[in-house]
Amino acid sequence: MTNRVLCVLALSAGLAAGPAAAEAPVKIGMITTLSTKAGYLGEDIRDGFQLAIDQGDGKLGGIPVELMVDDDGRKPGKGKQIAERYIKRDKAMILTGIVFSNVAMAVVPKVVREGVFYISPNAGPSRLAGKGCHENYFNVAWQNDNLHEAAGQYVNDKGFKNVYLLAPNYPAGKDALAGFKRFYKGKIAGEVYTRLGQSDYAAELATLRAAKPDAVFFFLPGGMGINFLKQYAQAGLNKTIPVFGPAFSFDERLLKAVGAAAVGVRNGSQWSHDLDNPANKVFVELFRETYGRTPTLYASQGYDAAHLIGSALKATGGDVSNKDAFRSALVKADFASVRGKFRFGSNHHPIQDIYIREVIETPEGTTTNRIETKVFTDHADAYAPECRM
Amino acid sequence: MEGTGVRPPISTMLLILEQLMNGLQLGVMLFLMSAGLTLVFGIMRVINLAHGSFYMVGAYTAATVTQLTGSFLLGLLAALPVAAAVGMLVEAVVLRRLYSRDHLDQVLATFGLILFFNELTRMIWGRQPLFMDVPDWLSGTVEIIPGAPYPSYRLAVIGMGVLVAVFLYLLFTRTRLGMQIRAGASNREMIAALGVNIRFLYTLVFGLGAMLAGLAGVMAGPILAVEAGMGEEILILTFVVIVIGGIGSIRGALIAALMVGMVDTLGRVFLPGLLRLFLPVAEADGIGASLASMSVYILMAAILVWRPRGLFPAQI
Repeated sequence: MTNRVLCVLALSAGLAAGPAAAEAPVKIGMITTLSTKAGYLGEDIRDGFQLAIDQGDGKLGGIPVELMVDDDGRKPGKGKQIAERYIKRDKAMILTGIVFSNVAMAVVPKVVREGVFYISPNAGPSRLAGKGCHENYFNVAWQNDNLHEAAGQYVNDKGFKNVYLLAPNYPAGKDALAGFKRFYKGKIAGEVYTRLGQSDYAAELATLRAAKPDAVFFFLPGGMGINFLKQYAQAGLNKTIPVFGPAFSFDERLLKAVGAAAVGVRNGSQWSHDLDNPANKVFVELFRETYGRTPTLYASQGYDAAHLIGSALKATGGDVSNKDAFRSALVKADFASVRGKFRFGSNHHPIQDIYIREVIETPEGTTTNRIETKVFTDHADAYAPECRM
Repeated sequence: MEGTGVRPPISTMLLILEQLMNGLQLGVMLFLMSAGLTLVFGIMRVINLAHGSFYMVGAYTAATVTQLTGSFLLGLLAALPVAAAVGMLVEAVVLRRLYSRDHLDQVLATFGLILFFNELTRMIWGRQPLFMDVPDWLSGTVEIIPGAPYPSYRLAVIGMGVLVAVFLYLLFTRTRLGMQIRAGASNREMIAALGVNIRFLYTLVFGLGAMLAGLAGVMAGPILAVEAGMGEEILILTFVVIVIGGIGSIRGALIAALMVGMVDTLGRVFLPGLLRLFLPVAEADGIGASLASMSVYILMAAILVWRPRGLFPAQI
């Protein structure tokens, strides 16, 4: 209760300068993808975020918050409409939640220019990390290339010399392979761009086998990755040519659908449920208890986004209207990330460790991830030098 | 590589053979889907966008039953009647009201059904895709082409397609029911006047179409992700097939499905390589990939210029 009173006092102090914020809780608008096949990504981000709020009995950093959630249906136009409504009607000063880079590119540049804070729990397009960076934009997950870079470095370290690359024919697919190649120095046995949403990979697999690579790296998000891995195993290739990818195709929910076909695959990730630090232990246990499933990396990012916001609310006493103070509190990233060490670079993107995880079979016969090795320590993204704030 | 003039090396020949098999297998899958759709289209003159939903119902039922019982065959046996029953229910409840309306109303209603079924599966099974694996006795590979191991399960899919083609051929040419269906396609009023219950016939045809789509879904389950919305991916190609084949023609569907399967597969594999002969590599890959995804539509356009009503218009 005293917190609430303090919060009211703090808010009313800033009222003269700020917009018509009332004594009500701080509003946070979450624009995320809950429908379509990718809906489980947004569901996990939301659940992770909500978990952090529930942990504090409806408060983040001791300040009462109100989380509004709406589904963008993976459509940039819809994302823009929701953002508009949150800002104009609900007077929200903090937005978060977007899953996909194309939605982020439609929403983020506009809202941050209007003086609203945007905390990205997932999408990290290169433009927002480089030339298009903004002081009100923070990414608490990764820059899009990071997990591919980790796979590239690992494959290189392990001495693979002739790698076959596969990604869908759209911007994120090309960025993924570019990220991989930034750190992989060997030969490319083949570089194939498939149709976005393709389901059958028989033809690609036959060509792949004929090219005789010593490893395969692929980026096929969502159902495409499930299809590819199942068919890869059915063709008997998983016994001869090792596969690498980013964590996106190996989160705990997708693994259930792939089953044993994914065992042995190594994937790059900034987080894993078996990462050994106190904050992560609390998070994983609480998440399992609340939702009855193992969290994915998306859930961990939602949870971290909430705690980041909480840290800044705490430092400013819940006063978002003093933007400079709130911003410098965010920059400090003074919260216990489930990743352990975490800080922001000059472009407000993470500087963090990135790992390679291996998919293993548990004694119960299910599949899960296990941290195998740390590939990068304090890894920053490649676009930071282009960012001028 | 050396000495033998223009003959490609053996390994390339093997790869082409293997890719032909892949094209055949995709074609068979498309045939299973399009046979049912073209029947409904040709006989009942109904545009049914929700055909992909029966495919999804088949896959979900099979995945669930297989998980519960551990038997793929039981999953298959359960999925067929469920898909047929869902199809007949949809026909009786929704489509029956739309026969006399124009195509736009049908498109609208069946598009609504797609959304309905997708959300329903999400409500029942949740958002994450279901797991379904190849049965043990069909896992592994067979070297029918020496040096190119081919997944046994994909062979089984091809076999299933042949069985279905034979079954449909016999059904339409050798049985009374088939005769009535053919008669209903060419003249609805006359066959009704002859005392055949055309309404029941329609329900039956619709159920048969849904069952075939369900079968395609079951066969796809172990290869593809079993998830809400999986039907729409294959539905577009299915429409291409029935337009090329001639609406209402099973024979057309068979031939068009194989053509589309081949063109799609071979285009994906060989177009980038072909373009590399006279374009820089980076450009060739980009243009090749884009051209390959257009190839089936180019094929469709070309065939429609040549035969505006498809290869085998309206004869079953």
